[in-house]
Amino acid sequence: MSTVTSLKVLSEREDRYVEGHRLCAGCAEPIIARQILMATEKPVVVSNATGCFEVSSSIYPFTSWNVPWIHSAFENAAATISGVEAAYLSLKRQGKITEDIRFITFGGDGATYDIGFQAISGAIERGHRFMYVCLNNEAYMNTGIQRSGATSRGAQTTTCPAGTCIPGKREFPKDLTKIIIAHDLPYAAQASPHNYKDMIEKSAKGFEANGPAFLNVISPCPRGWRHDSAKTIEIAKLAVETCVWPLYEFERGEWRLTGESLRIAEGSRQKLPVSDWLKSQGRFGHLTKEKWKFVADEIQANVDSKWQELLRLCKH
Amino acid sequence: MEKVAMNGDQVIALAWKQIDPDVVAAYPITPQTIIVEAFSEYVADGLVNTEYVCAESEHSAMSMCIGASASGARTATATASAGLAFMWEMLYIASGMRLPIVMAVANRALSGPINIHCDHSDAMGARDSGWIQIFGENVQEAYDNSIMAFRIAEHMDLRLPTMTCLDGFIVTHSLERFEPLPDEVVKKFVGPFKYKRSLLDVKNPTTFGPFDWTDFYFEHKYQQVDAMRHVIPVMEQVQDDFAKVSGRRYNIIEPYRLDDADYAVVAMGSTAGTLKDIVDELRAEGKKVGSIKLRLFRPFPAQELAKILQGLKGVAILDRAVSIGASGPLFPEVRSALYDAKDRPKLKNYIYGLGGRDIKPEELKHVYKQLIYNEGELVNFLGVRA
Ligand SMILES: Cc1ncc(C[n+]2csc(CCOP(=O)(O)OP(=O)(O)O)c2C)c(N)n1
Ligand code: SF4
Ligand SMILES: [Mg+2]
Repeated sequence: MSTVTSLKVLSEREDRYVEGHRLCAGCAEPIIARQILMATEKPVVVSNATGCFEVSSSIYPFTSWNVPWIHSAFENAAATISGVEAAYLSLKRQGKITEDIRFITFGGDGATYDIGFQAISGAIERGHRFMYVCLNNEAYMNTGIQRSGATSRGAQTTTCPAGTCIPGKREFPKDLTKIIIAHDLPYAAQASPHNYKDMIEKSAKGFEANGPAFLNVISPCPRGWRHDSAKTIEIAKLAVETCVWPLYEFERGEWRLTGESLRIAEGSRQKLPVSDWLKSQGRFGHLTKEKWKFVADEIQANVDSKWQELLRLCKH
Repeated sequence: MEKVAMNGDQVIALAWKQIDPDVVAAYPITPQTIIVEAFSEYVADGLVNTEYVCAESEHSAMSMCIGASASGARTATATASAGLAFMWEMLYIASGMRLPIVMAVANRALSGPINIHCDHSDAMGARDSGWIQIFGENVQEAYDNSIMAFRIAEHMDLRLPTMTCLDGFIVTHSLERFEPLPDEVVKKFVGPFKYKRSLLDVKNPTTFGPFDWTDFYFEHKYQQVDAMRHVIPVMEQVQDDFAKVSGRRYNIIEPYRLDDADYAVVAMGSTAGTLKDIVDELRAEGKKVGSIKLRLFRPFPAQELAKILQGLKGVAILDRAVSIGASGPLFPEVRSALYDAKDRPKLKNYIYGLGGRDIKPEELKHVYKQLIYNEGELVNFLGVRA
């Protein structure tokens, strides 16, 4: 089991992802990545899918990576790390490598929910020992904020704009965390960067899961979500407080709520209305119109029913 | 060593068993399937150290090869047709990252309509991807090329992924007597895997696959172009070394009875073998004809080929693929190679055998007849009902 590590201890750990990257001010992606990479003291090797995080961290001849890192394409980061891990197993068996290395993959929601889904499913089924982290900002940000399978109903993006007839995205996002859990893998969880302790604990479990692990992390994007870049962490917190993004984990067959979500379930914390979440971001701005009020209501109803289902799974 | 009977796919699996790559990641597709099945048996019996990964697609298979090769592992795979097409994006990334992955391609037609039989459309679709492309004629060559390919790909002056092509069914599924080399000879010939940087070197972290702006991309592409320029001398050296250990002599271009010939036909793959029989028959009739087997398609040995072809009266180029809307893909390369030659032969293109259509001896004789009597069009189709 992982132990809770104090901020002081964490701050003394080597920085694995360093300054000089070109992500937007207020982007949650580097915050999440740095915290997760602190969760193990073992050497790590990283694979990265194409997306904001990748392009901004490796502009040749510069790199923000202090650890071995590989990017090859958009849809295959899980396959790439599968090959890396296969090489590791083979070379270790032959005595050519002695270190105990951990493998981690970062992909955006586009890379994870959509185009790279097959590669992730395959890698988990094969049982490679790696942790896949989805930096979920609910759209294809790198190419200019297009809709993905993770985009919320009602959110506007450049391919599902809020028009006079259609109020942004028509569909609810797919519940990828549950789809991944259906693979019956050793460890999967949802996390948020506002609760670094929770996220680091989950990461530590993922690193030591002795098999595939999956972490889906909500990753506010000031550009795409249309919010002030100072509000990133606040908005991530709101996602959890409204139960739009519950914090939970699935560990060897057991579902467990964590952090604020656990406290909401236990009644020691209030569940905020989804309207607070919608109001916080420009991408939902059009939903305040009377005409589209029913969309906001549907989102609330959907959040409620999914929350009830999660409470049942977590035996609350 | 004693000759044994095996098919073209089985001998590739055997070569891999002897080489014992660190990683093989592959996905089955006819007519490559026997390779991965036969290799799985070696793995199941503990005869190799290889970490063998059954990918969930060819796209992932090549992605895994990229990850493995970047990690300092000797890496091999095999595919065909739709599988190679599905890898297309990753082929460019493998070569762009200068990863010496070796891949057998059991040449098969591309859909649609879906067809499982031989033609070269799959490999031709990958001709610009920065891979070395070697074509073999028969089972023996499939085996020998599979061994030589590792030495070529991994040569420190090259570090280029290498494709060894063999004709689907015609070679992959034909039982032929061939001569394997002893395990120790293969191991010694191939040698240990070397690398400059490994992703798994956690003490010296390296960033693989960074983002290039307009300020570096062109230079990195030019470095690939430059590495390709060194392939021919390296391949010749490897073929020389191979001749020493095996007694089998290979060349990049192999002319047959060409010394005093007036007319010749150029082909890649198994048809180059059939051509030799036709040449013998026509020679017996007193015709001054020969043939040319082209073993290396990328890099294209333009100067070497021009030297051999110049002075001939007529040359036919056989293409087992078509660039719809143009000619066969091999034809313009040969034609362009001869542009500056002194005595340019008349050139004709014959597209044949698409989707595994048999090429008959009479058809090949017809090609020689058309060359001799200067008949036919610039681009011709053999054996198709118009
Ligand atoms: C095969 C392929 N299709 C499309 C693209 C273009 N593309 C690059 S990144 C990207 C979106 C990335 O979105 P996501 O994975 O959510 O990451 P984000 O940038 O939002 O962090 C797209 C569509 C590509 N690089 N490769
Ligand atoms: S567009 Fe969004 S995800 Fe991309 S760097 Fe900017 S804030 Fe981060
Ligand atoms: Mg995204």
